[in-house]
Amino acid sequence: MILVWLIGILFLGGIIAWLSERLNPNYPRLIALITVLLDLVLMLTLLGAEPATGGWVAAIDAPWIPRFTISFYLAADGLSVLLLLLTAFLGVIAIGSAWDEIKVRAGFFYFNLLWTLAGVLGVFTALDLFLFFFFWEVMLIPMYFIIAIWGHENKNYAAMKFFIFTQVTGMLMLVSILMLAYFHYLQNGFVSFNYHDLLTVETRGPLEMWIMLGFFIAFTTKLPSVPFHSWLPDAHSQAPTAGSVILAGILLKTGAYGLIRFAVPLFPEASTSFAPFAMTLAAISILYCAKVAFAQTDIKRLIAYTSVSHMGFVTLGVYAWNEQALQGAIMTMLAHGLSAAALFMLAGGLQHRIHTRNMLDMGGFWAKVPRMAVVVLFFSIAALGMPGLGNFIGEFLALLGAFRANIPLTVISAFGLIFASVYSLWVIQKVFHGEYTNSEFDDSHLTDLTYREMVYYATMIVGLIWMGMYPQSFLALSQPVLLDLISSTEEIVNIVVQN
Amino acid sequence: MDITLADLIPLLPLLVTTGTAVVAMTTIGIKRDYGITAVITIIGLLFAALSAAYLMPNTNSQVTPLMVVDQYSLFFTVVTCATAMFIAIFSYPYLANLDDHKEEYYLLLVIATIGAIVMVSSNHFVSTILGLETLSMSLYGMVAYPVHVKKPTKFPLEASVKYLVLSAAASGILLFGIALIYAQTGTLEFASVVNVPNITEGLDDGFTITALVLVFVGIAFKLSLAPFHMWTPDVYEGSPLPATTFLATIGKAAMFVVLLRLIEASEALTFNSFILVISLVATASILAGNLLALFQRSLKRVLAYSSIAHMGYLLIAVVASHFVQGSISVEAVTIYLVAYMIMSAGAFGVATVTSSSEQEFDSIEDYKGLFWRSPWLAAVFTAMLLSLAGIPLTVGFIGKFYIFFAGVEAALWILLAVLIIGSGIGLYYYLRIVYCMLLSADVEQKFDVAIGRNISSHAVLVFLLVLLIGFGVYPAPLMAMIETISTYI
Repeated sequence: MILVWLIGILFLGGIIAWLSERLNPNYPRLIALITVLLDLVLMLTLLGAEPATGGWVAAIDAPWIPRFTISFYLAADGLSVLLLLLTAFLGVIAIGSAWDEIKVRAGFFYFNLLWTLAGVLGVFTALDLFLFFFFWEVMLIPMYFIIAIWGHENKNYAAMKFFIFTQVTGMLMLVSILMLAYFHYLQNGFVSFNYHDLLTVETRGPLEMWIMLGFFIAFTTKLPSVPFHSWLPDAHSQAPTAGSVILAGILLKTGAYGLIRFAVPLFPEASTSFAPFAMTLAAISILYCAKVAFAQTDIKRLIAYTSVSHMGFVTLGVYAWNEQALQGAIMTMLAHGLSAAALFMLAGGLQHRIHTRNMLDMGGFWAKVPRMAVVVLFFSIAALGMPGLGNFIGEFLALLGAFRANIPLTVISAFGLIFASVYSLWVIQKVFHGEYTNSEFDDSHLTDLTYREMVYYATMIVGLIWMGMYPQSFLALSQPVLLDLISSTEEIVNIVVQN
Repeated sequence: MDITLADLIPLLPLLVTTGTAVVAMTTIGIKRDYGITAVITIIGLLFAALSAAYLMPNTNSQVTPLMVVDQYSLFFTVVTCATAMFIAIFSYPYLANLDDHKEEYYLLLVIATIGAIVMVSSNHFVSTILGLETLSMSLYGMVAYPVHVKKPTKFPLEASVKYLVLSAAASGILLFGIALIYAQTGTLEFASVVNVPNITEGLDDGFTITALVLVFVGIAFKLSLAPFHMWTPDVYEGSPLPATTFLATIGKAAMFVVLLRLIEASEALTFNSFILVISLVATASILAGNLLALFQRSLKRVLAYSSIAHMGYLLIAVVASHFVQGSISVEAVTIYLVAYMIMSAGAFGVATVTSSSEQEFDSIEDYKGLFWRSPWLAAVFTAMLLSLAGIPLTVGFIGKFYIFFAGVEAALWILLAVLIIGSGIGLYYYLRIVYCMLLSADVEQKFDVAIGRNISSHAVLVFLLVLLIGFGVYPAPLMAMIETISTYI
């Protein structure tokens, strides 16, 4: 029941925030903040809950559409809880980053923000595939509005591209879901969209590969991975800061979550034979997007490309499909969620101050904004994988696990870490070092971080150090889930091999 | 054959609408009053819908060989009468300033509804033609209605003549196909087509297929399926908005019900070549409709082309009906038709509310900034457009879900691919309208968005929005009802 509350509070809070704008333009942000904090507190109670059979700490299952035996089935295990916490935490951060930036139509903005978060929570907990698809699409529309209304100069193009990419690949996934449900009907006499039921469906042969590809394409578009990544730089560079935080920090993780929860466990055999291709795509993503990032002059586009590059480690880890690699993928998701969100906030903060994202116009900012420079340096170093910080744990574990599955690709992918240092330090040098000139922009608003901003960054810094120093507190939550998933898929693959 | 009183009871909805027409006509004869005529029409249509809903649970009879009154036809009678009532409500403020004899408009509207009721209850070619012509004849009048306005903003006469000529040609083709069937079987029931090869020796399947294709082409004209769609955008654009709404919702749905019954009764899909024809028409409609809609600046033309695409989506479910067990594809057609009527009526309804017979606002540009001027109207419009695009939380998604399901079950991979591509293109032009409404309104506001001007139209929009979201979030009751009635096809 608590899961319904988590989602319901956000939906309701969104509506109240929208309506409250009439009373006072400052109410929406306050209500949004209270709503998300309330959600965060509720989620913390999930941490102490005793897991039921199958490791589910909370679940609700109610009939919804009896014609197709679709039920309103939400459940959370350790993996979901980690991602729920990330979502709520970054939700608070996003509201913080929008606090001063969003002045126009604030009510509708916070409405969209909260509804996106609600959709994401639904995605992370839905175990009925129809419901999953439902939430998958529901989170798109408010995100579209966020980019299309509060975005920058080319927002129409970016919002449209984001929507069409995700929606069209989503329809491929819908076809795959329906095929699975239909197979279940053929094998068991009734249509079912229940995750546990569908796990038992046997879809061998070439059709399994096609069905799996429907899921794979939808998830790697969201992740994103080469060749479906081209929407991301546009969406990020045009979105308002809070939109970027949500996109990079949370929405991308829904794709990774989908791969771990659905794409591989539902099709263990096809995934095994597809793994080399997926890992090749991951390696290409890591290296190619790192290279492309280096060529950017728009600071937000640069960070967007580095996101694609880092997400490559997630794909690599997922398709290596062993415990270390999966733990690495999950740690990368969490750590990247914080570091990318922080970097986008910093880039957004810069843009807010000097009204340009062009790095060629920047330089020598260290003297002007020392606090900001240090914070950027910290998060850049975190992103490039400095030991002792969360991203290192994630990428190291992913590579370690992948090494057991595919040595050449792992070796190639490891070069991504070097490229990451190159572009990260290049940004620092370009923006903060060198001669300060203000010929290209108006620097009257170029002020250092305020104390409120410092608080947000401090919490994220603490988070990254915690992940880096004592990752066990996170690994322990996801470990039983991953062991379960791995053993069940191995069982199926072994049976197939024996036959 | 004697007709007893008991036979007449299933025809109650038809009798009520006919009575409404007579009463309205008499009232106009006694005293011309726009308000009274409109109220009589609306109440009459409401009673017709209620009587059909009342009869629905336990009526299943063939009234004369011409009309079948079962749950399926009664369901569509309810839908048709309700939609006609909504259109009548939309029409009232729209036509209020017309300096013509505006009362007779409602007569045409009721008579067109009679035609549609006959069509949805028809399993015989004679009643199909009777219903179709009744509907079309009235629509010619409705399309051309504002022709006497001193400075019409659009071209109602051109639209009407275009519709008349092409419609007549289509009816001719349809009749020729019917004649071919009659020449062999001597009866005009839909089911008689099955017997054509058995009755006459030496006639092979080719004859039946020719006849069926001719009939299908006639119907495809009326449904504006590509490549017979040329008239649609011009007629939609030239007509006054309520008439466009009628044409787009009731006109399409009634014809589609006939097509569905015909194809199921005549077992037309046992011929591979016929399946090929339908599949090609579906593909052409989806691609042509969606691609051409990209280039339109007029809202009515966008919706016209998108309706072509939507009819194509529906054909996929029709094709699937041959390959699936059970009634899933009939359900898919039914639920999609209902969804389509809700969202089309809603989308056109928003445009009707802002427009009047003196000036129509059908350029997409006119809606710039609507989100901030009138959040309510913009929200309704956005919901309708997202539903047309098939996004969840709306009934349009449920409809599309059914079509996908029928397609997957029938393994129609190529058609499903076309459906995905078409929907992807469709997103672009629906979102373009949404985006236009999101822009800040730097232009002077062109129309009055105050709700007070026509409160009843806004009430209808509320109702349609509730249906759209309600059935989108909790579709179980609608699904259960449609599952029951679909067994009658």
